[in-house]
Amino acid sequence: MRKILLLSIVIITGLVFIGRLFYLQIYDTSFQKLSENNAINIIYDYPQRGYMFDRNGVLLVSNQPSYDVMVIPREVKPLDTLEFCDLLKISKENFTTILKKARAYSPRIPSPFIPQLNKEEYAYLSEKMHKYEGFYIQKRSLREYSVNHSANVLGFIAEVNNAIIKKDPYYQIGELIGKQGIEKQYEQVLRGVKGVKYIQKDRFNRDIGPFKEGLFDTLPERGKDITLTIDAELQAYGEALFINKRGGIVAIEPSSGEILALVSAPYYDPSLLVGRERSRNYTKLYYDSIAKPTYDRGLNGEYPPGSPFKALTALIGLQENVIDAKETVYCSEGYRYGRGKILGCHLHKNSLAMAGGIANSCNTYFCVVYKRIIEKYPSPQEGIDNWRQHLSSFGLGDYVGIDMPSGRRGNIPSSNYYNKIYDYPNRKWYAAATISNAIGQGEVLLTPMQMASFTAAIANRGFFYKPHLIKNIHEVDTIPSKYKVKKRTTIDPQHFEPVIEGMNDVYNYGTATSLKIPDIEICGKTGTAENYTKIDGKRVQLTDHSVFIAFAPKDNPKIAISVFVENGYWGSRWAGRIASLMIEKYLKGTITRTDMENVVLQGSLEAEYAKPLSSEPFKINQ
Amino acid sequence: MLLGKRKTRFDWLTIIFYIALVGIGWINIYSASLNDSTAGFFDMSQVYTKQLLFIFLSFFLILFILAIDAKFYERFASVIFIVSLLSLLGLFVFGKNINGATSWYSFGSFSVQPSEFAKAAAALALSKYVSDIQTNMQEFKHQLRSFLIIALPAVFIIPQPDPGSALIYAALIFPLYREGLHAVYLLLGFFIVALFISTLAFGVLWVTLGILLIVVLLLFMNRKKRPHILKYSAIAIACISFAFSVSYIFNNVFEQRHRDRFNIVLGKEVDTKGIGYNTNQSEIAIGSGGWFGKGWTQGTQTKGNFVPEQHTDYIFSTVGEEWGFAGSVLVVLLFLGLITRILLLAERQKGQFSRIYGYSVASILFFHFFVNIGMVSGLFPTVGIPLPFFSYGGSGLWGFTILVFIFVKLDASNFINK
Repeated sequence: MRKILLLSIVIITGLVFIGRLFYLQIYDTSFQKLSENNAINIIYDYPQRGYMFDRNGVLLVSNQPSYDVMVIPREVKPLDTLEFCDLLKISKENFTTILKKARAYSPRIPSPFIPQLNKEEYAYLSEKMHKYEGFYIQKRSLREYSVNHSANVLGFIAEVNNAIIKKDPYYQIGELIGKQGIEKQYEQVLRGVKGVKYIQKDRFNRDIGPFKEGLFDTLPERGKDITLTIDAELQAYGEALFINKRGGIVAIEPSSGEILALVSAPYYDPSLLVGRERSRNYTKLYYDSIAKPTYDRGLNGEYPPGSPFKALTALIGLQENVIDAKETVYCSEGYRYGRGKILGCHLHKNSLAMAGGIANSCNTYFCVVYKRIIEKYPSPQEGIDNWRQHLSSFGLGDYVGIDMPSGRRGNIPSSNYYNKIYDYPNRKWYAAATISNAIGQGEVLLTPMQMASFTAAIANRGFFYKPHLIKNIHEVDTIPSKYKVKKRTTIDPQHFEPVIEGMNDVYNYGTATSLKIPDIEICGKTGTAENYTKIDGKRVQLTDHSVFIAFAPKDNPKIAISVFVENGYWGSRWAGRIASLMIEKYLKGTITRTDMENVVLQGSLEAEYAKPLSSEPFKINQ
Repeated sequence: MLLGKRKTRFDWLTIIFYIALVGIGWINIYSASLNDSTAGFFDMSQVYTKQLLFIFLSFFLILFILAIDAKFYERFASVIFIVSLLSLLGLFVFGKNINGATSWYSFGSFSVQPSEFAKAAAALALSKYVSDIQTNMQEFKHQLRSFLIIALPAVFIIPQPDPGSALIYAALIFPLYREGLHAVYLLLGFFIVALFISTLAFGVLWVTLGILLIVVLLLFMNRKKRPHILKYSAIAIACISFAFSVSYIFNNVFEQRHRDRFNIVLGKEVDTKGIGYNTNQSEIAIGSGGWFGKGWTQGTQTKGNFVPEQHTDYIFSTVGEEWGFAGSVLVVLLFLGLITRILLLAERQKGQFSRIYGYSVASILFFHFFVNIGMVSGLFPTVGIPLPFFSYGGSGLWGFTILVFIFVKLDASNFINK
């Protein structure tokens, strides 16, 4: 016992120490983090965000320097608060709340104290900043807009929120991220990669040189510039034409799927969403629930397409071989179906073949064709699904796959859709029940983007590319490969000619004879879409939407366009004029019909939009 | 030379452990004190260069110790002890105050700390007294004298003030126990420490209840032997009054800094900025090492000087941070190896003097190791004593070198005279 007591104590102590070391070094991993917090300071070097150009190389978006006052709460030493608040032009309560918030986020990670000072404020502050420990000025770059249009396309950048910080460790509080539009879609391309410097500190928080001789440091990588497919001039013109109107324009180059213009009205100046006023302006825009300027109607507005849809009914009829282009249909001011029901038509020349049917937008003609399409199959279910499949090949009823963070699918009803509505098989339904689809009313809904896309497919006689806004990413000289894939429709090329003839005749003797462009063979289709709203829970019909699709020139088309004017009444009244002017502007560069231009520029639908809000009875379609 | 003529067999294993510890120690001192990368390697203002010089000089010291006849140490033990005591007393007159403790003689830029050498002197004196043929450890008079030899240097060291160094002399109770001191002294010591700590940790009330419960239980278990209730109650009352006096002393005699040190280790207080800063930073340094550490001179805690006194008392935190679990365990094993080797050698000694001396060496090394690593890894309160061979300082290194190599010489002399 006497001989081994000390020996045993020595060995037991050794084992206890090894156990303690195991606990500290292996089992409890919190110490690694603690030592990093202690000794490593991370400094970020923010790269320039990539520029944006239009398809002709016009600079749209660049950068301007901005200065954030940052705070590292744990390093803040007692200071002359009064003087400091005076300098930053904030109140003392403000000072305390911001500091408290920053401390709650992290005492050691820098938080923005006052974001986005301009150059003058910075110059004044920078010489006094050294007096206040724990505060410093971080240079960042903000967006500078060279144009006052395209806000809906370009999007904006803003401080990253906590939800994103949690999901993506790349971002730190106070950093900027693309929040909408192209800025959001191409965030990773545009932002580049921020540089990181690990600085080692001693216990007095002094720098003692780079950590591991800068082994883990990285250099910032400048964001890549991008060229958009947008034509700045056309886009600006489109917004100008939509003054005092609501709606949207989508213009596509059919041979590539490139979007030449994407207008949503009402619009706003993108510069409103830069700098310290950003948040206030954005709130104002976002909560305007009547005009909804932040709502991109071109992508997200799902409307009944109206008569332009007839072109598709005609194409499917030809492909299904249920009608010949030369066969005529007699119209007695409407199409009679069911038990004495009638789908009305307007007065026009009678009996019409396909070209005439399209040119005069005869409802009866297309109801007949539609019914044949559905009834070609033993059951209406099969008929509808077959019809739907043709439309799907145009990309309708689904997202168009555009490179924007928003978009809607529209609606192309399926047999299931109707089975549910009519409680099949307890109750049966037939082609006549869905007859409104023939003329683009009823259950069919399309976005202006989808309308432009199918117009491009018609212009191409049977194929299209997914519409996109990216023309080139500089340095890598490429665009996402899905925008290079040619998509074929289920309609054979020869069937397009009669329909295109009809669309050409719309201008020759049809519903848009006044909208012809001198020296350009143009094809189009008017539309007048009925629509409803709810006022005090009651369904109320509003003035029809004015709809128009067109492409030009007829052979070798350069532009396909869809225009949508909310409550603009008939198709050629507003949408047709806007489409015609846009095409002329794009193809010729100048407007020869200045009288028509003036009518559009001076026309206002504000009175129309005020009607449902007036809480008084009102008349529509005046 | 003397070494060459007689066939001397030194215990090479001990020497290898010694060299390994001193070598690894210097490597870590280099890292812990490296803060001016522009300073040259032979710049004498640098801590690591000085330590290298100390190590160099200690080799001469070793040669000197080994050259002297082994009998010298036994014969002159008393003289050495008295000289050592005088050197401690002299501090009260000639001592120089460094870092708040008057523990140093200063010769120009060079300082010597006599308390580091007093350990070896006390060990020699104790060995000499206990190995005397007339000394009987069963006798109270002899026990008292032995305790006096242990207590004298400690009493001189405490008021410097350097309670940490004084505490080390408690280690010498182990050789006395080995030589026949009744186990009750050890048990008593252990019991007092246990009672002391539990009083602080749980409070007087709980300790009193606990003592009563144990006494009642013992009474109940031994009821067939008809125990003296009076005896049991006396013990219980003694324990309880001890608990009360601990509480009284702790709250009224201890200074606040001592109370804080205990409270932090007992987990009663969490304060990582003020008094608990050292321990907390040291734990962070060791804990951030992981399996294999951050690499030599790559420790961020070490480089940032987050651990105060890292090249002296807290040197082990550098080992933990830069060499990780693997390195720390290696160092712990080297210490275990050295101490157990000396213990085994001590048991093999032919003379009682060298056996007691060996035991003393092992006990002193163990106590340093035990208290220092316990403190650095956050198990014990902060007690300022160095880690042998590792911590920076010439006096410390030489003190331990003398301690160990006198034993190496004594051990070697077993083989030459017979």
